[in-house]
Formats: sequence, structure tokens, C-alpha cells
Amino acid sequence: MTDWPLWEVFVRSKGGLSHRHVGSVHAPDAGIALRHARDTYTRRMEGVSLWVVPSAQITASDPSDDAAMFDPAADKVYRHPTFYTVPDDVKHI
Amino acid sequence: MYTTELQKTASLGATEDPERLAAFEARVAADEFIEPKDWMPEAYRRTLTRQISQHAHSEIVGMLPEGNWIGRAPSLRRKAILLAKVQDEAGHGLYLYSAAETLGTSREEMIEALHSGKAKYSTIFNYPTLTWADIGAIGWLVDGAAIMNQVPLQRTSYGPYARAMVRVCKEESFHQRQGYEIMMVLAAGTPDQKRMAQDALNRWWWPSLMMFGPPDADSPNTAQSMRWRIKRETNDELRQKFVDITVPQADALGLSVPDPALRWDKARGHYDYGEIDWEEFYAVVRGEGPVAKERIAARRQAWEDGAWVRDAAAAHARKHGRREAA
Repeated sequence: MTDWPLWEVFVRSKGGLSHRHVGSVHAPDAGIALRHARDTYTRRMEGVSLWVVPSAQITASDPSDDAAMFDPAADKVYRHPTFYTVPDDVKHI
Repeated sequence: MYTTELQKTASLGATEDPERLAAFEARVAADEFIEPKDWMPEAYRRTLTRQISQHAHSEIVGMLPEGNWIGRAPSLRRKAILLAKVQDEAGHGLYLYSAAETLGTSREEMIEALHSGKAKYSTIFNYPTLTWADIGAIGWLVDGAAIMNQVPLQRTSYGPYARAMVRVCKEESFHQRQGYEIMMVLAAGTPDQKRMAQDALNRWWWPSLMMFGPPDADSPNTAQSMRWRIKRETNDELRQKFVDITVPQADALGLSVPDPALRWDKARGHYDYGEIDWEEFYAVVRGEGPVAKERIAARRQAWEDGAWVRDAAAAHARKHGRREAA
């Protein structure tokens, strides 16, 4: 038998928070994927909203290229507030 | 960077289903977040679309006064820092456009409204940046005022806007500190450098206070926006907070705030400050700011100059798509 397509599942645990990836389910279509996701990942009130996305639709960066991929941020410590010295008696900055 | 709500809020239509409206009002009053697929009154959607897109436009236009100093920064260190700050402003604009798009307005429509002059953005960017000290003053005062405005927006009632603000606030802190550092160096420098720092403070102080928007008495949108938890503090409350924390920072620099009426009111526990020139503010809102035309012309030019990059990306995608299909 051929597997049903794979869907990645994202749960919003409560209003105001982002959806977070929790895992995946197999399902023949989006509607059934949502129901499977509900039954698999939110049996204990873990969420208020669900997203399912076809796994094949996700383009991921290549882990073997991660050094080059994220290199541009590596030498830019000046993007952090702690790079700058402000005297202790100057407040709220 | 930030913009206050600069246009009239549409009044609540009589067409909304009263039951749904009551349920919505109750959710918001209970500090629940509203998410894109939730039902919301049209006036809430319109107000937020306008506020978030104005905020996004302010980030994008805010790159222009600083961008023209990148090539003239006094050292490689300062150039790298300013470049990083301008990159952040672009990022903040993109977070905000994305948040606004969840309300059903396309990116294209928003960009078009900015370029046609229909959309507003913060009045602060229609003032010129005349010297290097202005880059210090902008980071210290303009980003300082923006942070003051944006911190409470992390708890605004619309989820995507609140989450964008969390990211923005986290990144904004370096903007203010690098500006203050520039001011510290100039204020401790030669007499000419100190004069330059004082001159920048003189020119940016009042426009920074105007960034918080009209006084509460003349801000008809405030009550509705507070009730819907779009806004969490009034214009005057935020302005007072800004004055209270910024004046001691000016003192520490040995610079004086250009306001003869400024004095500590012991009884109130706040600084009293002089009358703001609201005529000037409304003139700038109407598009009569000193460099308003220049800013939009520069923005349009940047968009047109970038056309070949967009065309090349589209051509690459077409070619790549054909190869993958083959």
C-alpha cells in the first residue's frame, strides 16, 4: 500500500502566541489531516488553533551548508545592545 | 520607528451583527488576542490595517534619512553599525507589512498607497538630517520615542501585530544605544563637536515629542482604540514618560533640552514642558514637512531602480521552474 501524503502540524497553544511545529500526520486530504492532527496532537487541550501544511511544500535549508548559510550574522556583534557602553548612571536606555 | 494613527478612524458601522459585536467586545475587554481568522468588526479591521501599514511605511521611509549617511559615516565601525540599523528598519517594515496582510490588504496595495502619497507615515521623517550628529540624535531620541510607543504595543489586541512588536522591540534597543553613544562621543569632543551635538538636539527635540501624536483632547481616535486595546496608553501619557526619562539622559551628556519652560514638578513627580507647536505638526501631517517631497521621490526612485532585480528574480524563477519540470 502507498502512504497517504505527509502533513506538518502546527499548534497555537493560546491566543496571542505563534503556531509552533509539533510533528506530522499522514492523510489523504487537508480536511482529514486537520482531524488527524486534532486527534494526534491536541487530545489534552494543547491548542486553540491548528495548521496543517503538505510536507512536500516545505523548502528547508541544507544542514550541511549551515555554516555558510548563517555566516553573515556571525561577525556582527554590533547588532546587540550589549556592544555599546552606556554609563551606569544613565537610566532607561 | 513608529507612527501614530494619523487619519480619522472610520466610525463603527450600524451594519455589524450586535451579538457578534458584543462577543468581540467582551473578548477584547478580557485581554484575549484576536487572530486573523477570528470575526472582527469592519472598523477594527480598517483601523488596524491603517495603523499597521502606516507603521510599516514609517520603517521603510525611516531608512532614507539615515541611509544617506552610510557613505559619510566617520569610521568603518560607524558605517557597519549604521548599515546594520538600516537593515533592521527594512526588516521591521517587512514584519509589519506581513502583519497587515493578514487583515486582507495586499502588499502591492500598501506599497502603491505609499508611493502615490495617499498613505501617511511618521511626521519625523520629513525633517532633514543635516550633520553626523543627527544620526546620533535620531537613534537616541527618535528610536527612544519609538520604543516608548512600541513597548505597550507588544500587548495590543491583534495577535500578528503584537508578535511583530515583540521582535521589533527586541531589535530596537541597539538602535537607541548606538545613537546615545554617538552623542556621548560628540558631547565629550571638541567645542565644535559639542556644538554639533547640541544643534542636533535642538532640531530633533520638538519633532520627537510630536511623534506621540496630537494631545489627548484633540485625538478623537484614542478612546475607541483604547477600548479595543489597539492602543494601551494615550499619546500624552507616553509623551510625558518620554520627557521624564530623556531629560536626565540629556543632562548626563551635558547638553540642554531646548525648552525654557522645562522644569521638574515635585508635586506631580514629572517634568513640565512647554507648548508644542501643533500647527507645525499638522502641516507636516498634511505633507508640508521640509523634505516630504524629497523622501517620497527617493522612495519611488529606489523602487524603480530596483525593478531590474525583481525582473531578474522572476526570470530566474521561470528558468529554474522549467528545469525542475524537465
